[in-house]
Amino acid sequence: MSASMTKPFNRRMPPLRFVIARAGQYLVLIALALIILGPIVTAVLGGLKTTGELYSEPFGLPAIPRWENYTGIIASDTFWRQLGNSLIIVFGTVTLTVSSSALLAFVFSRLVFRGRELIFNFFTLGLLFPVTIAFLPVFIQVRQFSLIDSYFGVILPLVAFGIPGSTLILRGFFRAIPSELEDAAYIDGCGTLGFFWYVLLPLARPALGAIVVLQTIVSWNEYFLPLLVLTDDSKWPLTLGIMQFQGQFGTDWGRVMAFVSLLIVPAVLFYIVTQRYIVTGLTGGELKG
Amino acid sequence: MGSRSTPRFRFTSRERPGTSERPRARNDQLLTVGMFIIPGAIIYTLFLIIPIIQAAYYSLFDWNGLGPVSDFFALGNYQRAIEHSVFQSSVVNSLIITSLSLLIQLPLAMTLALMVGRKLPGRSIFRSIFFMPYVFSEIITAIIWTFVYNPGGGLLNTVLGTLIPGYVPQGWLANRDIALVAVFFVITWKYFGLHMILYMAGLQSINTEIEEAARIDGASELQVIRYMTLPLLAPTIRLTIYLSVLGSLNQFVLIWILTSGGPANATQVMATYMYRFGIKSFNLGFGSAVAVLIFVISLIFSVGYQRAVMRRDYAGTV
Repeated sequence: MSASMTKPFNRRMPPLRFVIARAGQYLVLIALALIILGPIVTAVLGGLKTTGELYSEPFGLPAIPRWENYTGIIASDTFWRQLGNSLIIVFGTVTLTVSSSALLAFVFSRLVFRGRELIFNFFTLGLLFPVTIAFLPVFIQVRQFSLIDSYFGVILPLVAFGIPGSTLILRGFFRAIPSELEDAAYIDGCGTLGFFWYVLLPLARPALGAIVVLQTIVSWNEYFLPLLVLTDDSKWPLTLGIMQFQGQFGTDWGRVMAFVSLLIVPAVLFYIVTQRYIVTGLTGGELKG
Repeated sequence: MGSRSTPRFRFTSRERPGTSERPRARNDQLLTVGMFIIPGAIIYTLFLIIPIIQAAYYSLFDWNGLGPVSDFFALGNYQRAIEHSVFQSSVVNSLIITSLSLLIQLPLAMTLALMVGRKLPGRSIFRSIFFMPYVFSEIITAIIWTFVYNPGGGLLNTVLGTLIPGYVPQGWLANRDIALVAVFFVITWKYFGLHMILYMAGLQSINTEIEEAARIDGASELQVIRYMTLPLLAPTIRLTIYLSVLGSLNQFVLIWILTSGGPANATQVMATYMYRFGIKSFNLGFGSAVAVLIFVISLIFSVGYQRAVMRRDYAGTV
């Protein structure tokens, strides 16, 4: 290359040090991405393999895809029943958590009354007791209410433990809505209820979406509460189902991975679609710090 | 307080002329407050507050969970737990996981947040990948990693066997010396993305002009990070430390499915101990005492940390 050609070209090129730093950055990021994705990809491909193939060729495509690993699961009533049970628990938990927390957050963000902060602090106490730890006391209470083997025995505790975080997040968003809008709504003849329903809730849609998504994840993934509360296995959700399946076919990793894939592929799709809401919920509002 | 047993609004329009433009129906509002609080309050009280208080009560009894609650045991359950060498080592293991999270997981998340940064091409793809395990259930995560750590042909042994000649396959979760670290690796795999997301959000709220000014003044990239970016991120860092400690103290499902606290209690943490010796051995009084101990440890940390460190972050918000 002649000097006259490289000179202007060089000026637009970033300095060599920068290029090396960037390349190093990508190298580290790609290596870490492989550590994250490796086990997931192995699991999804593994659903089509025999255990021997999984051991010897974890990343390769199987010579003969073993679709029967999947069809065996999909053809059984158990899988679909457990899917239905999971959906019932998710639907109940999400509906009740979102509606009760939205009402609470509204009271704690837009209404002024004596003892407001005290009551709000009472509701945030629950943040210290995650359901993953408190399931023993909760189980005793559920039993006292004779809710054993009832979906509500799982749903109501999940709602109770979802309320503190959801209320905190929603309150942050509700407070960010300018009070001029509130004044305008009142001048236009809206009552408190009207303002809540017609102005606040529509404006807080991203925050409500975040709560819906986060509570969906929590209730879909819950394991120990249903394990203790639901003794009747016809009411079991998929988390219990997969553990039972693994107990049965533990050494047949191909089949187990097929079951894992049937849960993980929808989870990834759900994640891709709802990622925006998850990030809003986790980083927006009060948590921004 | 006595004369005001019913909640009243502090500022009525008559008392505060400045707010009189709002034509609110005050009695309606009082009713609204009550109606809006009640549904949440009932569920929250019945299924969170009362169970926690009951746990404190049951912890004073020798109770198998089935018969009547009658064998008063005073603080006997607490004494038994505190004197039990397995409980002691489970507290130590919980603290090890907490320390590793603070010393490895958070710096890793911070490094990645800074690397992916605010303008790296492809940043949203990396962010999505790193955060993805957060949505997987602990069950799925634990099953996948049981395979990865499988002592025979598990993924890790296969990969290391290909990379390192003469490699001898390891039973990652069966070896007392490495099981806890192996478990911690899975916890990091699943949760570091959460902290990275929080740091990225914090980074986005920093005004880049301040850092730019430092660069123009001749600061190196590391100096900018050390003296500008990290101090500006301090509120986010304080929040992630808080979440990380509470999350580590409360680790349970992942560890239970991966190792059940084994081998020989090497990965027993406080919560797995509670499950193993409280529920599985039908000793709900004892389990309640352990639950109360975990709550008290979390509470002490939480109150102390908020008093000492986080107060200033919330100074303007409440």
